[in-house]
Amino acid sequence: MSRSPGRKQENHKISRELFVLTYGALVAQLCKDYEKDEDVNACLDRMGYSIGVRLVDDFLARSAVRKCRSYSETADMIAQVAFKMYLGVTPSVSCSSATGNEFSLILDKNPLVDFVEELPAERASLCYCNLLCGVIRGALEMVHLAAEVTFLQDRLKGDAVTEIGITFLRKPEDRKHKRN
Amino acid sequence: MAIFSVYVVNKAGGLIYQLDHYAPRADTEKTFSFPLDLVLRPHDERVVVAFGQRDGIRVGHAVLAINGAEVNGRFTADGKDVLEFLGNPANYPVSIRFGRHRLSSNEKLMLASMFHSLFAIGSQLSPEVGSSGIEMLETDTFKLHCFQTLTGIKFIVLADPRQTGIDTLLRKIYEIYSDFALKNPFYSLEMPIRCELFDQNLKLALEVAEKAGPL
Repeated sequence: MSRSPGRKQENHKISRELFVLTYGALVAQLCKDYEKDEDVNACLDRMGYSIGVRLVDDFLARSAVRKCRSYSETADMIAQVAFKMYLGVTPSVSCSSATGNEFSLILDKNPLVDFVEELPAERASLCYCNLLCGVIRGALEMVHLAAEVTFLQDRLKGDAVTEIGITFLRKPEDRKHKRN
Repeated sequence: MAIFSVYVVNKAGGLIYQLDHYAPRADTEKTFSFPLDLVLRPHDERVVVAFGQRDGIRVGHAVLAINGAEVNGRFTADGKDVLEFLGNPANYPVSIRFGRHRLSSNEKLMLASMFHSLFAIGSQLSPEVGSSGIEMLETDTFKLHCFQTLTGIKFIVLADPRQTGIDTLLRKIYEIYSDFALKNPFYSLEMPIRCELFDQNLKLALEVAEKAGPL
């Protein structure tokens, strides 16, 4: 992250281990609080949403990117700039529908699951990184793009790769009032 | 002071933050005898000087106090109409304090939402498709710079016309907002910003911008 040169050059980096452990503790506590996996997933998504609505302004302020003019530009921006800035990884993007509003981000490295091998048997349908889905959904909503974000494949569940699917929901009446 | 004020407007057009950064206004207090050589007239809820500028009392200055007691709009402290009071020779000699009327917070709220509407109209009036809203409003005494983020928040800075570097300042204010307002977990989005750290860092940024400018 680059801060403007006028500020004092304090290094605001904290340990990655601390961040990963904090996330793990969060999920573990939620698992203790809720019995059903769906509840934990929903809670993680809500938390991610609150993070996303605030994170998007930080992203826009620091990266000074221009307004994206298409869904594929937006998906590229999320993968190549945002993921890189916040998690240090760059997922690859692929468009998975003819209508051009469904995209997949394929993560080969996910820092959040550094210390997790696989999910326990009683938590088979837990989406461990569902927070990320909420973050993306919240961030997109603040720039007036409604989207559904879910995990399509998860390495923790035995799939080959981790894949996040973003489906942009088209609202035709919003096009007219699109703020520039 | 080269940067006069900063306004932050939320998505709905409501003012969520306002800072006045200019030097305190210079009030002028003088003693007058009948007849008053200044022409006064009522304007909105105040009595202003219409003609007869002299000695630091300028056209547009409002009557702030009579004989030391602050006036209440168009009425003196004890409820008499100001113009009637000043028309009566028995009340003279009288000491009147004139000065620039500072906007009340209600007036600022109203002006901010008006600007929000004008901003939207501006982008729709444009002959080009995909044009932004009002970016700069120029007058002979100040320039108003506006920056709208992709999330719909507007940052407005009023500065001296000769002041440069306002674009960088606006982006800096965006960074400060995203840091000290948004990352404060007790701050609710779209609500008035009441964060000490935001105030402090904003004032620092304004000072840096003023020093860096040509003035």
